[in-house]
Amino acid sequence: MKWLGIILIALFAAFLFYAEADMPAYGDPGAPGSVHVTPEYIERTYEDTHTPNIVTSVLADYRGYDTLGETTVIFTAGLICYLLLGGWKRNDS
Amino acid sequence: MEALLEQYPYYLSTVLLAIGLWGMFAKRNLMKKLIGMTIFQVAIILLFISTSAKAGGTFPALISHDITDPTLYVNPLPHVLMLTAIVVMVATSGVALAILLLIYRRYHTLDETELLERMRE
Amino acid sequence: MIARHNSLIVNIACRVIVPFIFLYALCVIMFGHYSPGGGFQGGTILAAGVILMRLCLGKEASYKKFPPRLGLILGGIGILIYSGTGLAALLAGGNYLDYAALPVQGMDIPDRRYYGILFVELGVALGVFGVLTSIFDSLTKEK
Repeated sequence: MKWLGIILIALFAAFLFYAEADMPAYGDPGAPGSVHVTPEYIERTYEDTHTPNIVTSVLADYRGYDTLGETTVIFTAGLICYLLLGGWKRNDS
Repeated sequence: MEALLEQYPYYLSTVLLAIGLWGMFAKRNLMKKLIGMTIFQVAIILLFISTSAKAGGTFPALISHDITDPTLYVNPLPHVLMLTAIVVMVATSGVALAILLLIYRRYHTLDETELLERMRE
Repeated sequence: MIARHNSLIVNIACRVIVPFIFLYALCVIMFGHYSPGGGFQGGTILAAGVILMRLCLGKEASYKKFPPRLGLILGGIGILIYSGTGLAALLAGGNYLDYAALPVQGMDIPDRRYYGILFVELGVALGVFGVLTSIFDSLTKEK
């Protein structure tokens, strides 16, 4: 039974290796992920927002709606843990 | 063979992915499955971030106000997306630990086959 | 479940270190515009400070310093700050979460976006801090 699991995982990993041979080379400046919309973010972040850190300005200004959804996710997880495990009484611990 | 030298971070992340996936369904203890899930998520984050590297680039914060050449900075977009992925990883780990605590309090075991037997009674 | 640690050195070292952890977390949040950091990282460091206090000082002492019911309240306030900023931009005439339309006098548009980002990162830090502390307190609560 364990050998079946190892064979399936090895097949899955071999399939991924075959698919990753088509990905761009590591450290390539002309990769398709780096030329589409990112040069516009890098060039316009200081004149739009006066913020030198590009990661913060993309996270909170250009893609601020995704960050709102993600804080909702973490708040929902905290609420689930509170509802599953019970609250605290008023007087002590 | 040159594919191995050019794209070695992707292959190493895939090996971690396979280890995490094996831990998720070949182990019988529920806590070990949870650890396998965490290894799986970390491997995905590593794979995504390693596609954003650039030869000769530095951290994506402007060195000075007027140096805005895009070839000097690493691609910042996967870093932004993976911050969200890390927080989602923390959220699912927290909820999974709460569920495991409730299972242990009710059935006094965390082993998968014993748990199924005790649930049938 | 969490008892006070037996050793006196751990107790005193915790009381000395925790204020510096909070100060460093505030520094990471505020310097998020210029160096690696921001809301999520600073909120996690704040939660780590409170968890260190819970582990070293025991339950009775640290529940007086930071009560457990305050965690989820702070998380909710953080989310309200974030969506409240977006709603203020909507009511003032722009799109939702469009910081250029916030009703503040005396600033031009890039400065409004700068302070909008800062305010929003404070909300995110507060939210993450409250929720992580609340998850820890729920997991270590006695029956």
